[in-house]
Amino acid sequence: MLTQSELRRIAERVFKLSDADETEVMIDATSDALTRFANNTIHQNVAEQGLTISVRTVFDGRTARATTNRTDDESLARVVAASATIAKSQAKIPHMLPMPGPQKIQRVARFFDSTANFTAQDRAKAVARVCAASTKRKQTVAGIFTTGAMQSALVNSKGLFLSHEQTRAEFSVTVLDPDSSGWQKANSPDVTKIFPDALADRAAEKSQASRKPTEAPPGHYAVILEPAAVLDLVGFLFYDFAGTAVLDQRSCFNNRMGKQVMGPNITIWDDVYHPLQTGAPFDGEGLPRQKVLLVDRGTPRNLVYARATAKQMPSEFKARATGHGFPLPNEYGEAPMNLVFEGGKASLDEMIASTPRGILVTRLWYIREVDPYEKILTGMTRDGTFLIEGGKLAGGIRNFRFNQSVIEMLSNVEAMGPSVRAAGEESFEMVVPAMKVNNFHFSEVTKF
Amino acid sequence: MQDWADWALDTAKSRGATYADVRVMDIRHRNLSTKNGQVGNLSESQSLGLGVRALASGSWGFAATDRLTREGISACAAEAVSIARASALAKLHDVVMVPEQAYIDTWQNPYVKDPFRISMERQLDHLLAADAEMRKVKGVTLAETSMAFCRIEQLFASSIGSRIHQTKVQSGAGIVATSFAGTEIQKRSYPNSFGGQHMLAGYELVESLDLVGNAQRVGEEAVALHSAIQCPEGTKTIILDSSQLGLQIHESIGHPIELDRVLGMEANFAGMSFLTLEKLNTLKYGSDIVNVVADARLAHGPGLGTFGYDDEGVPAQCTDIIKNGLFTGYLSNRETAVSIGLKRSGGTMRTESWNRLPIIRMTNISIHPGKWKYDDLIADTDDAIYMETNRSWSIDDRRYHFQFSTEVGWEIKGGKKGRMIKHPSYSGITTEFWNSCDAICSRDHWTLWGTPNCGKGQPMQTMGTGHGAAPARFRKVKVGVAFAK
Repeated sequence: MLTQSELRRIAERVFKLSDADETEVMIDATSDALTRFANNTIHQNVAEQGLTISVRTVFDGRTARATTNRTDDESLARVVAASATIAKSQAKIPHMLPMPGPQKIQRVARFFDSTANFTAQDRAKAVARVCAASTKRKQTVAGIFTTGAMQSALVNSKGLFLSHEQTRAEFSVTVLDPDSSGWQKANSPDVTKIFPDALADRAAEKSQASRKPTEAPPGHYAVILEPAAVLDLVGFLFYDFAGTAVLDQRSCFNNRMGKQVMGPNITIWDDVYHPLQTGAPFDGEGLPRQKVLLVDRGTPRNLVYARATAKQMPSEFKARATGHGFPLPNEYGEAPMNLVFEGGKASLDEMIASTPRGILVTRLWYIREVDPYEKILTGMTRDGTFLIEGGKLAGGIRNFRFNQSVIEMLSNVEAMGPSVRAAGEESFEMVVPAMKVNNFHFSEVTKF
Repeated sequence: MQDWADWALDTAKSRGATYADVRVMDIRHRNLSTKNGQVGNLSESQSLGLGVRALASGSWGFAATDRLTREGISACAAEAVSIARASALAKLHDVVMVPEQAYIDTWQNPYVKDPFRISMERQLDHLLAADAEMRKVKGVTLAETSMAFCRIEQLFASSIGSRIHQTKVQSGAGIVATSFAGTEIQKRSYPNSFGGQHMLAGYELVESLDLVGNAQRVGEEAVALHSAIQCPEGTKTIILDSSQLGLQIHESIGHPIELDRVLGMEANFAGMSFLTLEKLNTLKYGSDIVNVVADARLAHGPGLGTFGYDDEGVPAQCTDIIKNGLFTGYLSNRETAVSIGLKRSGGTMRTESWNRLPIIRMTNISIHPGKWKYDDLIADTDDAIYMETNRSWSIDDRRYHFQFSTEVGWEIKGGKKGRMIKHPSYSGITTEFWNSCDAICSRDHWTLWGTPNCGKGQPMQTMGTGHGAAPARFRKVKVGVAFAK
């Protein structure tokens, strides 16, 4: 990672090379490593280090961005010149605002030396243990163990200087038997909070418990979705909360703001400061990210806005910049990136016990949007799908395809667990609970 | 680039690697987009770096860096070897690869107009003109256009003596008209979804697409979809347009034939494959008229899956995947080729960038054209739905059960194309679907489509793949499933 002085020096070199009205520099440094295993052995093991310098220039209301990963004088001059040439090649951009000056940002502590110093040997030892345990159980294991550090700095010629450093650790594991499988995943900025052996044990239990799967007929079921499954569904809503999506008339909340469209037990915030959240406390222009109440007891209440978007919204939205803008220029405006669902108190066991007949879902897969306004999504269950009968798990079942409106789903939530930091595959990490949902539509069954 | 590669290989060898290869890549992108008459994105980027793969203690390690000094590169190569030795802590057996000879060669795809030499003003004007045409249509609430260009110059060097220099220039463009009315958001894309059509070609590709000439139709169809009839539910004959068939090939043939997936190496993320090894040369994958190849050679066309050599130094090849309906081939690399008794890799190792490990990827996975003229196929079809341009796509993690929807459909009744259909969707089981194919259009209707955004691997990589396809007919397919209550 670069020191604050090194970051400033790069930015100052860029500013010296630029004759633009305003100049902005984004500097991103990464150091990531990932150990990948399958068939009870490590088959891929990678590490990378990289730096990008992204320059945005403004000339009389016109702006553009050019990016390089070279820091020599010639390369910096070239990227500044490229940005300038591109900026000057277009008409003035309406609604473009001057770059912001210095900002007051609430600091977050998301960098852990334990993670940054975690070595390939450390990862390999953990994976070797998990592989050996799997071999002993006569199961097959596959997964990843990744650790890394990243740094983002945003500096502009108006005096803005912001930087954010963060580490990241993730362990994902799939355990397979001949006709069943189980899965678990966890991530955290702090690698000491990741427990590979426990995750692998849980995945192994799920695989074992779902051996010899039977077939349940497609239909509407009471479904208990573990947090990763909830995450991957509700994640498809995130851009619908963007002011730009509403302006473009492609949000499922067009004509629905202020109307109760979900159950009264659904409250959703965007909150980068939540203890289970990660990410920078400032947006792509350098504004502080604000905590925003997106859905208030089932009613979509507020959207998020970049500065320029807020100015374009109709007056009834009472829009003000919320610090969720993407780096300029872009056509998407902004999005909430730190979703937090208010949870409940029901445990998974309690939800299962309350279900006469239903399905327990560990995770979902290959989710795609079928209808963007009714928010109908399709996808598959995967890696641990169980029938529930008489309040008890009644064995594994073949995987289902679902076609389900997320808005309708969030109107049928009977119970929720406490909110946890969840990691899936279709969406970025969020803080969501497990949910018991009634009338969930499984439309077809697959062959395994 | 040559010196950098040599430094990396020398260090890897001195640290005890029994094999090493290096990819030095200089990648340049240019992206333009418009939205409702305004510029959305105008940007250029360049990234130069190096990735080293090393085999030591019988296991793999990979490290990448953009610190291209002697010290930075040596540290990177040393790290690759160190990571390999760490991998050996969980080793069950040594990595074995089929042999490949060394090559010293240069390759570049042909093109006419360098897109990076065309001014951005000219490219932007072209997009804004198409944008304006779409917005002239009443009811269009969102008009979007985009162009994307990429130039990759790379050097591959290996410890067996290969030095292969390749340059690829890629271009793509597309337009989308969206209409919001009532409770529906409908859209139409041209020439395809996923940002349009993409090929290994210069700016002449963009000019050939006639974005402006198609813009009004695209806008009109988006609006017309609101008053189209809903796709019926049931079992019907369907005809897929060539772009949708290209995606069908991608999802239900291209991915399941990846041998690393078959062997369990993608189990945690993308999943596995129903094409277990005993199915090779025994499984009836499709009907007798279905013939599919994986062909990376330029002779197949300037597809996104075309190259001179793959990213572990194996020359581009053509592999029969399905021959007269019989499953005959996988996508392999030097390591997986061993497991199915191949003497040579199929040459399908590809990497997105210098900082990513090469993995088995699709090249150009294409269906051979058939014999039918398009008009004759329609005239021959009594009762069907013609489906065009993908809207959603989803398949299970063994690649059996899929569901797709397209942007638009048309009734075919008594051999004639009739009413527009909205929300067309269909689902099926891969092998049952391909075995129901009873007609494929001819070469005159065959297009080599580019899918620019295929995701695979951990960490994730995005890759362009090519899919040649012509419209084709399938019998007794479940339709209307996505909106069934």
